Amino acid sequence: MYSAIVFLPLLGAILAGLITIFGAAGRHPGGETGHGDEDHVTDAVGSEHGHGAPSVHGDAAAVHVAHHEPHDHHVPAAVGSRAAEIVTTALLFVSAILSWVAFFRVGVGSHELFTVPVLSWVHSGNLVADWTLRIDTLTVVMLVVVNTVSTLVHLYSIGYMSHDANRPRFFAYLSLFTFAMLMLVTANNFLQMFFGWEGVGLASYLLIGFWYHRPSANSASMKAFIVNRVGDFGFELGIFSIFVLFGSIDFDTVFGNVGAVAGSSAALHIFGHDFSGQAAITVACLLLFMGAMGKSAQVPLHTWLPDAMEGPTPVSALIHAATMVTAGVFMVARLSPIFAFAPTALMVITVIGAFTAFFAATIGLVQNDIKRVIAYSTCSQLGYMFAALGVGAPSVAVFHLFTHAFFKALLFLCAGAVIHAVSDEQDMRKMGGLRKKIPITYVAMIIGTLALTGFPFTAGYYSKDAIIESTYAFGGNVGGFAFVLLNVAAIFTSFYSWRLIFMTFHGAPRSSQEVQDHVHESPQIMLVPLYVLSIGALLAGVLGIGYFVEGGYGAFWKHALVLGEGNEIREAMEHTPFWVSSLPFVEMVIGFLVAFWFYIANPRVPAELAREHQGLHRFLFNKWYFDELYDRIFVRPAMWIGRFLWKRGDGWLIDGLGPNGVSARVLDITNRVVRLQTGYLYHYAFVMLVGVALLVTWMMFTR
Amino acid sequence: MQTWPILSTVTFLPLIGAAIMFFLIRGDSEAARRNLRSVALATTVLTFLVSILIWTGFDSANPGFQFVEQANWAGGFMSYRMGVDGISMLFVILSTFLMPLCILASWRSIEHRLKEYLIAFLIMESMMIGVFCALDIVLFYVFFEAGLIPMFLIIGVWGGPRRVYAAFKFFLYTLLGSLLMLLAIMAMYWQAGTTYIPDLMTHQFPAHMQMWLWLAFFASFAVKMPMWPVHTWLPDAHVEAPTAGSVVLAAVLLKMGGYGFLRFSLPMFPLASEYFAPLVYTLSVVAIIYTSLVALMQEDMKKLIAYSSVAHMGFVTMGIFAANTQGVQGAIFQMLSHGLVSGALFLCVGVIYDRMHTRQIAAYGGLVNRMPVYAFTFLLFTMANVGLPGTSGFVGEFLTLVGTFRANTWVAVFATTGIIFSAAYALWLYRRVVFGVLDKDALKSILDMSVREKAILIPLIVLTILFGIYPQPIMKVTGPAVEHLVSQYQAALDSSAPKTALLAR
Repeated sequence: MYSAIVFLPLLGAILAGLITIFGAAGRHPGGETGHGDEDHVTDAVGSEHGHGAPSVHGDAAAVHVAHHEPHDHHVPAAVGSRAAEIVTTALLFVSAILSWVAFFRVGVGSHELFTVPVLSWVHSGNLVADWTLRIDTLTVVMLVVVNTVSTLVHLYSIGYMSHDANRPRFFAYLSLFTFAMLMLVTANNFLQMFFGWEGVGLASYLLIGFWYHRPSANSASMKAFIVNRVGDFGFELGIFSIFVLFGSIDFDTVFGNVGAVAGSSAALHIFGHDFSGQAAITVACLLLFMGAMGKSAQVPLHTWLPDAMEGPTPVSALIHAATMVTAGVFMVARLSPIFAFAPTALMVITVIGAFTAFFAATIGLVQNDIKRVIAYSTCSQLGYMFAALGVGAPSVAVFHLFTHAFFKALLFLCAGAVIHAVSDEQDMRKMGGLRKKIPITYVAMIIGTLALTGFPFTAGYYSKDAIIESTYAFGGNVGGFAFVLLNVAAIFTSFYSWRLIFMTFHGAPRSSQEVQDHVHESPQIMLVPLYVLSIGALLAGVLGIGYFVEGGYGAFWKHALVLGEGNEIREAMEHTPFWVSSLPFVEMVIGFLVAFWFYIANPRVPAELAREHQGLHRFLFNKWYFDELYDRIFVRPAMWIGRFLWKRGDGWLIDGLGPNGVSARVLDITNRVVRLQTGYLYHYAFVMLVGVALLVTWMMFTR
Repeated sequence: MQTWPILSTVTFLPLIGAAIMFFLIRGDSEAARRNLRSVALATTVLTFLVSILIWTGFDSANPGFQFVEQANWAGGFMSYRMGVDGISMLFVILSTFLMPLCILASWRSIEHRLKEYLIAFLIMESMMIGVFCALDIVLFYVFFEAGLIPMFLIIGVWGGPRRVYAAFKFFLYTLLGSLLMLLAIMAMYWQAGTTYIPDLMTHQFPAHMQMWLWLAFFASFAVKMPMWPVHTWLPDAHVEAPTAGSVVLAAVLLKMGGYGFLRFSLPMFPLASEYFAPLVYTLSVVAIIYTSLVALMQEDMKKLIAYSSVAHMGFVTMGIFAANTQGVQGAIFQMLSHGLVSGALFLCVGVIYDRMHTRQIAAYGGLVNRMPVYAFTFLLFTMANVGLPGTSGFVGEFLTLVGTFRANTWVAVFATTGIIFSAAYALWLYRRVVFGVLDKDALKSILDMSVREKAILIPLIVLTILFGIYPQPIMKVTGPAVEHLVSQYQAALDSSAPKTALLAR
């Protein structure tokens, strides 16, 4: 059953992939020479149309320009589009059902950890890594999240992508992503986790760049892959460190020996220092966390996530909100037995997480692109999860991951429905007044917003508030720092969420008459996922809290999560004062009221405020200038150095002193030697004689 | 064990094909050309099929040499001895596997002197296989050098506009290195009294002599690899060589350097190898970072892939001199995988070069609009080149890095940055060539891959993925031999610990 859960999406991806390739090959027949004369008129139209839409923006750096989602309306749909949709969605559906069965058996039920061997993989000396599925409560939680959201997104995409000509390819990518994500969450060793890790990176790259005519999409996809690789650089070094310390990269072996290694003098020599015992584990954990920062878009490796919104909206919902970006959180939770021995690393995680939560929320305040607001919100919420991980409350972090998947996917899919309704417009300044025209989407989005801002008894109310409480309970400098930042971020969250609602659905319509005439509610196939996710956003918290965090904690998690010694955060959380637990509610109300005042009661205020604090506004609007900074200190220097090494290093120095220089000298010498040639035999004979005489003399004297 | 000399058969079968072409096929009519191609293809396919028997008959558990053949030669001073072990066997298979694909890749693109071209290829195949099978060091040298000549001709006669410069650069560079190796081989014979490789492996050369011998061999193999800073012949040679020439060059000829390190430097001169390991590490790391950055800025597709080859070979040399199981096994795996992947990338460039007759990246863009199958194929190999897990490129890269990390973390830290750079240059290349709008008039009527081209690339796709998710066939064959090599190496170091102290730097 567990193999089926993981491999059915792969099967779907392969089938849809074959449909894509054979369909495409049918449309574009191959041939030997480049000058085939049977030109396909439809293709030419298609590419030019795709070209027309994005011509306004140069590349991904021009982020605040509003975007259209360029479906190829004039190109006939690829052969087998319907088949690809049905196959992938049906297989995913089966997989999702089985995941829930697994959830009730393993999580709610009493199954302990077990593994399902699949195939052997890398065996080299004592380094052994096999394809094995590791099933415990943490796994099944993730299975449920991934497969449920993925199934709903597949379903939604059937409607959302219905105008696109390349649907088989899209569904193949979606299923491929799901498979890679499932491999990640079922990994039983570091290498398999890394496989899933990079696999979701590949799928993300492909899906962000799905509309490959758009330069901005191409840039964004490359950026996502490369920034993630920076994180993976740390991840790989972390794996190496683990291998050196433990002699194994298998989870069971490593988890079983952490205590022993932490107490021993096992040494890790890295960065010019010797680390032993706990310090060595801390270094390894920090390196691994670098991978998590890349994947989960934490400062300073967050820059790819907003740009990833270039992909189709269902992709943003699935990958860049609910599943892939939570891989970093999952990783730290999965490795909690190791991190439990690295308190310093955990502090770093808290600081970075809390800072990201605050930082991303500040940017979210001023963005105008509907998807980017939600993207920054995702970034911020991921920061919350890391803060919880860092204070030693992984169960709270995973709980928030679980609830967040529902309401954030819901928000993104609603955003997609809005974009769909207003003819592919994403700029909120050109929306407004949509409440009456798309009431179902409106209600769903309100539910998502309530859950995100933590309205009582919705999902976020339980999970987000638990995180804030956990930082308070942790205390100390780090806990205090996180507590303050997370509370500020909570006000901001409420503000930007309601700002989004008010700008999009309330007030006077600001779109052109033509667009307004076309505004329509989405088809049922897109609404059903909204219904399901709305239920999740409302109920996931109240149903889950008992299992994930409170009374049922031990019976639910069993031994999937490990806490450090002396970790009493769960007891401390039960004794948080009233003002702490009611603070998030107050903040939510403040954010709501300010947003209401700014965008409903007194709509001139925001513009005035922006004018008064121009510097601050520009700073936030340009995302703290991270992209510009990285361009200056990494991208351009790398290119300059590359060119320098090529022209000067290879061309001038090595070739100049090496082959070209030598050949030039050889030519010089031969030219001179040529002059020595006289053509008289006695000249040559004389030179020979002198040579023989010298040789004989030398031999006589050296004997 | 076996009754017929299978290694010699595989080695010299291509020569028979060459002889048939040379003596029996005359003229330059279309029929004759067809015959030539058919004979060449049949020969290489047959060679491949026979070579499969080596793999099936190979005893993985045995770390020593197998299928050993022996005959006296040159009056007993040296002998004709052949044999393969877990390190060399798969390189033989790699060579025989790629050759039919190379012949197919040249099916249409070679127009003049087809006969000579095919004969040169077949001779080269013989020499390459010979290098990996030779158990006599002089025989090794003969094969090693003789392989240069056909490659020199292939670049110099059938190459691009600057072919003569590139061919001479290639030839002189490699020859210069090899001459030093010849001197070293003579010195070794005088010292050890034998040219038989297994005997030389157990012979203990004096420590100071090891240094000189190591350096002499290093001169040859470093050029062949190629290691920074003696790599500049490679981009020129690749750019000018015809597609199939590039494939052989990248896939097999470069591997001779790595193979040489494993066969000679490590087992025969362990003390020197340990002493010089920091040098190799430095050069490898420089190669990885330097050539990756250079690759980023290339405007010629083949040059870009050539520079990325240098970077990948940096992982190999680093892994070899880490001298632990993961490092060495990873290096072998990386070489085999690079043989498949870089060969395939050059074939991919060849596909569009045959259509447009330019390799300038700027001349392309938006190919996905008209060449979806090509786009898929190119993407797959780009990802393998980047070392994405699930492709063969990852396994070798990961293992060499693990091995190096165990030996020296600084080296591993710097080398691991290679995974960032490789993503940058490879994806940027892909984006500029394949993605975007197809708006260049010259490309408007370009056609996707033909059946022949798909037939060439599909086997490579299959193997790249297969060895990425199930590398056991390679691991099993190489494992015992590598363990043996590493333990011998360690034993040699341990037994001469005082001597190394004498060599204090």
